[in-house]
Amino acid sequence: MDDQRLTERSVDQKEIKISAKNVQVYYGETHAIKDVDVEIEDNTVTAFIGPSGCGKSTFLRCLNRMNDTIDIARVEGTILLDGEDIYDKRVDPVQLRAKVGMVFQKPNPFPKSIYDNVAYGPRIHGMAKNRAELDEIVEKSLRRAALWDEAKDRLQAPGTGLSGGQQQRLCIARAVATEPEVLLMDEPCSALDPIATGQVEELIDELRTNYSVVIVTHSMQQAARVSQKTAFFHLGNLVEFDETGKIFTNPEDSRTESYISGRIG
Amino acid sequence: MSPMYSDQEHIVSAYDRDLEAIQALVMRMGGLVEAAILDSARALETRDVELAEKVRAGDRTVDELEVQINEECARTIAIRGPVSQDLRVLLTVFRLSGSLERVGDYAKNMAKRTSVLVEMRPLPGADSALRRMAREVQLMLKDTLDAYVRRDAELAEDVRQRDHDVDQMYNAIFREFLTFMMEDPRNITGCMHLHFIAKNIERMGDLVTNMAEQVIYLVTAKMPDDSRPKGDETPYMRAEASDDKGE
Ligand SMILES: Nc1ncnc2c1ncn2[C@@H]1O[C@H](COP(=O)(O)OP(=O)(O)O)[C@@H](O)[C@H]1O
Ligand SMILES: [Mg+2]
Repeated sequence: MDDQRLTERSVDQKEIKISAKNVQVYYGETHAIKDVDVEIEDNTVTAFIGPSGCGKSTFLRCLNRMNDTIDIARVEGTILLDGEDIYDKRVDPVQLRAKVGMVFQKPNPFPKSIYDNVAYGPRIHGMAKNRAELDEIVEKSLRRAALWDEAKDRLQAPGTGLSGGQQQRLCIARAVATEPEVLLMDEPCSALDPIATGQVEELIDELRTNYSVVIVTHSMQQAARVSQKTAFFHLGNLVEFDETGKIFTNPEDSRTESYISGRIG
Repeated sequence: MSPMYSDQEHIVSAYDRDLEAIQALVMRMGGLVEAAILDSARALETRDVELAEKVRAGDRTVDELEVQINEECARTIAIRGPVSQDLRVLLTVFRLSGSLERVGDYAKNMAKRTSVLVEMRPLPGADSALRRMAREVQLMLKDTLDAYVRRDAELAEDVRQRDHDVDQMYNAIFREFLTFMMEDPRNITGCMHLHFIAKNIERMGDLVTNMAEQVIYLVTAKMPDDSRPKGDETPYMRAEASDDKGE
């Protein structure tokens, strides 16, 4: 039985997309991320779970250098994307964020048309030579975000006029429009109702065929449903990182066990 | 806090109360089934039709408890979304109650046959041999329930190994019945009933062994390896040997 599992696992072994070593994050005096080592695989959904304030968002933001925008934040250690150090001086953070896209907790479409929301990134990065190409990118991105059918007849309507779930899918379309390789999602469903949540979860699973997805979630059930790998953070430490099935049926660390089963740790 | 439950409490304390209540139901069911095994064996030995009738009637309660436990498990799974240890507790409870219900059925069956056997002449030693075998299974069940309460995988493993003894007792009884039947065909009807009883007790032992394995799973999160001594092939060999003798 175990042998078979091991074989399945090795067949399943994906390429490492992001490799983080010895990562520390400080906000002034606060040591928010301590010694984190983690390898994020390609074509895999990786969930970050843990109590509020344990550093999930902080660590997620390291992966596309969003912490650069916070003055007091200081990041140490190495984070490699496809083997290249993303904190290298020569790396342009704006280019990096096109490759490592991000979707936030609250849907935050620009106060522009649906079309312009999606076209925004490709325009900045000069990805389309003409209007026809841009149209194509917009359609493809909206399809990937499972929003095309609902939006195709109202592309010029404001993005802010969509429902919450549609807005979140619009933000996903916007993130995938720049052809990223990694998608970071920070509690993408926390402002959505169960049906919209289900649609976004379904979408996350589809996105996995093209991207490496990292999702921060407060919902254990959501982590269990959408991810293949789960990382449990506690007080800035990465306590346990393993297959999602293992984490939710038989975790190694008692802190993980307490957290996932809703016990006082 | 009793060792029956995890050392850490849930944040939602009603969750703990639910789990405790379900586990209390299993212990109650276990106690009733233990008593049914002993009573049915005693009823058989003493040809006590009244006691046998009590066992048959009591099986209703065992069945009802199983239904109740299943419902409580389903409800808890739906409401609490149990994972890891909690999930193992519920899966274990679910399977233990299923096994207990079947052990209870076998005890009831033994009691039913007792009512028939009163009308037949007793065979020397058979009833007490069956009672010893039933007693052994009841002890295995008791230890399994203790192992469950104490989360004691070693004790459960011990029970698992003892199933071999029950198998051997069954083999011995089987051989004895063959002899009785060959000696005098008038023994056949009685021996057939008694043999069914022996087989049923042997099956109870198997079910209790499964329960012990479930306890090992609960404690270690792994089913035990299949390294248990098995002794149930002997009867087939014996039957052939006896055929040879008969020729
Ligand atoms: N911009 C910030 N400035 C100062 N401290 C911060 C900032 N963002 C987060 N922190 C602190 O870092 C720790 C981790 O926070 P965060 O990464 O948001 O946790 P999580 O996403 O797991 O809830 C917390 O103690 C929080 O107070
Ligand atoms: Mg956060």
